[in-house]
Amino acid sequence: MSAPVTLLGLYRPGTTVLHRTPVGAKLLALAVMGVVVVVLRGPVSGLVLLGVAVLLAALGRTGTRRTLRALRPILLVAVVLGGIQLWRFGPPVAVEVVADLLSLVLAATVVTATTAVDTMVDAIARACGPLRRLGVSPERVAFAMALTIRAIPQVLEVAAETRQAARARGLERDPRALLVPMVVRTVGRARATGDALAARGLGDD
Amino acid sequence: MPDLVLRDVVVTAPGDDDVVILRPTTLTLTEHRVALVGANGSGKSTLARLLNGLVEPSAGTVTVDGLDTVRDGAAVRRRVGFVFTDPGAQLVMPTAAEDVALSLRRTVRDAAERRLRAVEVLDGYGLGHLADVSVQSLSGGQKQMLALAGVLAAGPDVVVADEPTTLLDRRNTRSIGDALLSMRQQLVLVTHDLDLAARCDRVLVVADGQVVHDGDPAEAVARYCAEVDAS
Ligand SMILES: Nc1ncnc2c1ncn2[C@@H]1O[C@H](COP(=O)(O)OP(=O)(O)OP(=O)(O)O)[C@@H](O)[C@H]1O
Ligand SMILES: [Mg+2]
Repeated sequence: MSAPVTLLGLYRPGTTVLHRTPVGAKLLALAVMGVVVVVLRGPVSGLVLLGVAVLLAALGRTGTRRTLRALRPILLVAVVLGGIQLWRFGPPVAVEVVADLLSLVLAATVVTATTAVDTMVDAIARACGPLRRLGVSPERVAFAMALTIRAIPQVLEVAAETRQAARARGLERDPRALLVPMVVRTVGRARATGDALAARGLGDD
Repeated sequence: MPDLVLRDVVVTAPGDDDVVILRPTTLTLTEHRVALVGANGSGKSTLARLLNGLVEPSAGTVTVDGLDTVRDGAAVRRRVGFVFTDPGAQLVMPTAAEDVALSLRRTVRDAAERRLRAVEVLDGYGLGHLADVSVQSLSGGQKQMLALAGVLAAGPDVVVADEPTTLLDRRNTRSIGDALLSMRQQLVLVTHDLDLAARCDRVLVVADGQVVHDGDPAEAVARYCAEVDAS
């Protein structure tokens, strides 16, 4: 079975300006973009932001094919969403909604594509530094976040496996044959990963 | 070699003290390479997991060079690495280099230095060219080799491996087996591969929650085979 390509498996080592930009600056810029998207109304600003996101992707050399593959699930959502908006509110709103969605997701993709998880963990750990006074280990928080990110492709993989197993038994239409094993497998995987991390001595310090 | 010592250890099922998974066991493992063989459900994994505190004894104590696996859990886990059957559960980072770098976090503070060291480690296992490849796209054999590299990068003195070759083809079984048996670290290997077991220095046969035979590899393997054939 082909492994799902996701936003998070996208990191590409490189030396572009964006690779060298400190991760904190990138995350801050992403947050600012999120605010701008909400504040500026109308299709024109949406398209401009989308243009900016495309430029950033080019600047970070995320690779057209890889990026499109990573965005495929979101593109599907965008098409459905755009269709509904078009029908309910007309073209300007549809363009705005779709452009806003795509520009944010694309910008987030650029951040993950140009930032190694290791670097991200370091940055989050630094940002969570003050938590140390509350008795929380920043390393642990950062690590939990990295793991959550990492879990997304795994859950997708489990979903695909479960669907195939159900199909093999002619049960693909039975929601119970999909949902129950999927939950059981996901929890099983999570436990196995927890054991593996404990065994590696991670999370002890 | 480190001393792995089980003293009057009993393991019962969590939540049900009447179900005994491991019967009273006292053992000292000091050999370089120790194999555990036995039927499905006999208690091999339980015994293996005791050695780094993944399973805690319901009675008795388990120590690694005098460190108690319950009381000094963190210190024990630093000394005892664990390789699982399914490397998918063990590899947590998106790329091979990042996964090895994760093991190095404790000893190498600087991120750039960590990356260099990680690639060096990968080179040592013939995985250097896969440093930036997505872990999910590696073959089963490559994943298991990467898992082992990740464990060894953390610098353990002991490696416990629970059926590390069960999911692998013949060629990969050979290469992982060779890698495990040629380590300088002490090895405790759970396996159904009797050829691999026979290459160890000591073999324990586990049946029904206890060690039923212990000693010279050839003899232990022969006993195990005879028992299976007789039943
Ligand atoms: N958490 C648990 N609760 C109840 N019973 C358990 C638990 N964990 C293990 N057991 C039982 O303990 C016995 C030994 O399990 P263990 O996993 O150690 O066997 P094993 O020799 O590794 O088997 P295999 O070759 O199939 O991996 C089995 O009968 C199993 O069902
Ligand atoms: Mg087992």
